[in-house]
Amino acid sequence: MAVDEQLKIEMGKQGVFVTTLQELYNWGRRSSIWPMNFGLACCAIEMIATTMARYDLARFGAEVFRPSPRQADMMIISGTVTKKMAPQVVRLYNQMAEPRYVIAMGACAISGGPFKQGYNVLKGIDRYIPVDVHIPGCPPRPEALLEAFMTLQKKIDAQPLTGEARPRHLDEQAPGEFPVPEQGAHDLEPPANKSVWTVPVVIR
Amino acid sequence: MTLSAAEFGARQHAGGKALPEGRMVIDPESGGDLLEVSMGPHHPSTHGVFRMDVALDGERIVRLKPVFGYLHRNHEKLGEEHSYLASMPYTDRLDYICSLTNNWAYALAVEKLVGQEVPERAEYLRLIVGELTRMQNHILSVGFLIQDMGASGTPLMYGFREREKILDLFEALTGSRMMCNYMRFGGCRVDATPEWLDGVRKVVAGMPAFADEFERLLCTNEILMARTQGVGVLRPELAVSAGVTGPALRASGVNYDIRKVDRYGIYDRFDFKVPLGEHGDVYDRFMIRLLELRQSIRILEQALKDVPGGPVMDPKAKIRNFRPKPGEAYGRIEAPKGELGFYLISDGTGNPYRYRVRPPSFVNLTVLEDMCLGYSVADVVLILGSIDIVLGEVDR
Repeated sequence: MAVDEQLKIEMGKQGVFVTTLQELYNWGRRSSIWPMNFGLACCAIEMIATTMARYDLARFGAEVFRPSPRQADMMIISGTVTKKMAPQVVRLYNQMAEPRYVIAMGACAISGGPFKQGYNVLKGIDRYIPVDVHIPGCPPRPEALLEAFMTLQKKIDAQPLTGEARPRHLDEQAPGEFPVPEQGAHDLEPPANKSVWTVPVVIR
Repeated sequence: MTLSAAEFGARQHAGGKALPEGRMVIDPESGGDLLEVSMGPHHPSTHGVFRMDVALDGERIVRLKPVFGYLHRNHEKLGEEHSYLASMPYTDRLDYICSLTNNWAYALAVEKLVGQEVPERAEYLRLIVGELTRMQNHILSVGFLIQDMGASGTPLMYGFREREKILDLFEALTGSRMMCNYMRFGGCRVDATPEWLDGVRKVVAGMPAFADEFERLLCTNEILMARTQGVGVLRPELAVSAGVTGPALRASGVNYDIRKVDRYGIYDRFDFKVPLGEHGDVYDRFMIRLLELRQSIRILEQALKDVPGGPVMDPKAKIRNFRPKPGEAYGRIEAPKGELGFYLISDGTGNPYRYRVRPPSFVNLTVLEDMCLGYSVADVVLILGSIDIVLGEVDR
């Protein structure tokens, strides 16, 4: 239950700070998202540029790049995911602790991008793991990555702690492990995880 | 180093069993003292997705097998399916840190194939953006090397500060920070304004101060010297026979720079030196990059004095219905990482019959095992960083 905004301001003037547990909890969660130190291709260079002095990712509480998936809250898929690399990406995602989020950065990560026709390129990482924010661009500018961060923060802020839309770590039924694809004779087996990805319908 | 080369070889044969991916097992045949570790593909120091199967005796490297292909994006196959011009944006994504030199090498190969001339002003612009690319690549590779050494932050941040200035110039000229797609067969895509050239002059004028600062910060640092001097020695004979090029070769003392050997473009008009190393260790490879940065500044200062006017694109260049006569051509340049070559075979149609890239990082990686044997695990990270690889180019 949200507090009346006007009342909150009035009480703030009197030196009383009122909030809900949900707001406080989500404020803490969104203000310290630690990304995983994980670069795949070209976009990784722009990701590093985002963390440097000019764009300064630290303003969003996300400058602590952790090399281990166990300590990370968010994975930035920064670049082309090839069919040889896809099982490793899914395995790394499985090793992360909930709550975990994924940003698919760049055209390759969201759809295969310019290399889509290639025989060795996965046509979007959202076939295997749930993606929270997609950023188009080849590569996206650092500003686009910052925008994705803010979008993710808004998403975390809006998550209620109870009910249907609650985050996955509060949902006991939510899947913790996602099946890792294997190299088949011609393609990855299975070609997509049906529970997170459905064949898109083209609206004409 | 406590073991001789022959002893290393004997051990290599003793523990040559294939292991499942990612497992860490003590090899029983070696008497229990060999440890097999898989470094990568997700490892913060491997500069992308690259795996090394390492066999360790205590801390020492006994065997190292590079495993490629985690970023294989079918570059050559796509090049054969696309028209000649459509491959130009793909070359940006080969070595994604220096897209403009990739463009240049590909443009040179196709120009050789069709016998195309390039106007004077376009040659100047190519040289200017090429040297700017070399500068930002060397700054970045030194920054990443120091980052791998454990100094997370300062040198890399200094490097990125300068790199952003150069990227702003690229963006003003070509419209993109990284994937510039600037060159065309017979010239360049767009002309540079006088204001842009003034901007380059300003950035180049500020560069010697940065080089001084960087050298003061790093070159005589005690930890850096202790970690890098005498580590990862590459003998000149081995470097030559393995086909190593670029700063890695020159650090071993071999005087080979394609800018001097081929004199492509207009490099013969400028006065610059080729810095050479003496020991071929990580420190020399690091120093060569800083010295080449100075030489690039020197070339740019000379080139920016008198940029001629005129068109940036040969008016007679054929753009539509571009079908070279059957034949083959190899165009190569001195890219920041070494010799970058494109080998094209034309069968008279709009697509190349064969499109082959000779990437410098891939060839330089072949000597990784020889450089690492006998050193500790922590040194492998430095040696890999000092070769300066980019996986987009290694795996293509």
